[in-house]
Amino acid sequence: MFQFNRGMHKSLSVGAVFFVLAFTQTTAWAEEILVPAAASLTDVLKEISNGYQAKSKHTVRFNFGPSNGLARQIEEGAPADLFLSADLTQMDNLDKKGRLEPGTRKNLLSNQLVIIVPADSKLAISSPKDLLKGEVKKIALAEPTSVPVGVYSSKYLSDEGLWDQVKPKVVPVQDVRATLASVESGNVEAGFVYKTDAAISKKVKIVYEVPIDKGPKIIYPIAIVKESKRKDAARDFLNYVQSPAAKETFKKYGFVILD
Amino acid sequence: MIFSFETWQITLFSISVGLASTLLILPFGIGLAWLFARKEWPLKSIVETVVLLPLVMPPVSTGLILLKIFGRRSPLGQWLYERGIEIVFNWKGVLIAMSVMSFPLLVRSVRTSFAEVNPRLEQIAATLGASPLRIFFVITIPLAYKGIVAGALLAFSRALGEFGATILLAGNIPGKTQTLSLAIYNYVQLGKDPEAYTLLGITVALAFLFVWCSEWLLRAERKN
Repeated sequence: MFQFNRGMHKSLSVGAVFFVLAFTQTTAWAEEILVPAAASLTDVLKEISNGYQAKSKHTVRFNFGPSNGLARQIEEGAPADLFLSADLTQMDNLDKKGRLEPGTRKNLLSNQLVIIVPADSKLAISSPKDLLKGEVKKIALAEPTSVPVGVYSSKYLSDEGLWDQVKPKVVPVQDVRATLASVESGNVEAGFVYKTDAAISKKVKIVYEVPIDKGPKIIYPIAIVKESKRKDAARDFLNYVQSPAAKETFKKYGFVILD
Repeated sequence: MIFSFETWQITLFSISVGLASTLLILPFGIGLAWLFARKEWPLKSIVETVVLLPLVMPPVSTGLILLKIFGRRSPLGQWLYERGIEIVFNWKGVLIAMSVMSFPLLVRSVRTSFAEVNPRLEQIAATLGASPLRIFFVITIPLAYKGIVAGALLAFSRALGEFGATILLAGNIPGKTQTLSLAIYNYVQLGKDPEAYTLLGITVALAFLFVWCSEWLLRAERKN
């Protein structure tokens, strides 16, 4: 027993030394960057960062949420190295306030709006006009004045002349993934999400795809945050998301690459 | 001070649903507190624990349980839906979230004040021929009323502050389910700080009023 304890003690202290060494080495040349990113990029960025991590010494941590909320946090000085927004407005706001590293901003991706219903829904919804029907009582939408997917959806409905009638049915939720979840749960009859979000869920079905030329142009810009203290690592990951491998992954999830 | 229509609407909505939830749980809370304080029955400790759970559990967890119970995919939610009653994303969801979250506070407070009523007074009333119901309303309740009022006040303020369970069960729909707490969160998210500060001021004023009232009640009790 004594022997065992001594052995364990020894291995623990050796472990501690290794841990300290590993830690100091990490901070010496590999860095961890924090990337706030639009909720709709959750799955694709996780896959892309797996590919990146396999080749790079740097580590990427994400903070997924509604782009407007993330932009707000960056504006308030929350730590962030690279920002991936789901619309230009949020990026423009940060740009105007001087929070972006000049020359690093780029339009990366595009997407498409779709109307989804629960997979087992029996309602006949096949066009935006059907949302006016009496049996459609609640429609989930990300916050329509600020969250990009909500702004895009409400703009599209306004252009179609339907917004005023749809508005009383709207249940505003936090972001695109929250919209997806509330349609999946069956607690709303329909919802507006991006095509790429609808594609990852088996519990919803797409009933209408907003034609790209009719809907608002959806743009995902990316930029390095000016206050970042790890700009080299951020630049490294910024280059990686524009690499052929990353582009393949974005395409696989249904995103459109902007060049 | 002149408030915007929205501010009035949010404040009045929160206060009225909060008040409704407190009135709704009051009879159940008093009844259960009496059973806890005066009777011994099988599984009592289990029921006591379950009733107290929302007090210690993260409100979001309670909200998730409520969402699963009342959501359209559950048997109960389905049954209610077929009868045209909707709880989720509806003001009724706010009412239920507030009630469940504030219930333990009411029960705890009332239970303590029942326990402090001398059982001998009730026994004497019984020997004089009073029915148990009469004893309860003429002896027990009047002697415990300060604890009941303080408990109701606590429950009401807890209901007003409710956030986690409400946002999951009722959503954050302006003009429909948006309470003071949800609206403050929303305004901060939208960058509308002045509006958030107005609501913040209202919550501070209300909280001050409640704490002051309950302290005053407790002080009055100590004097007696």
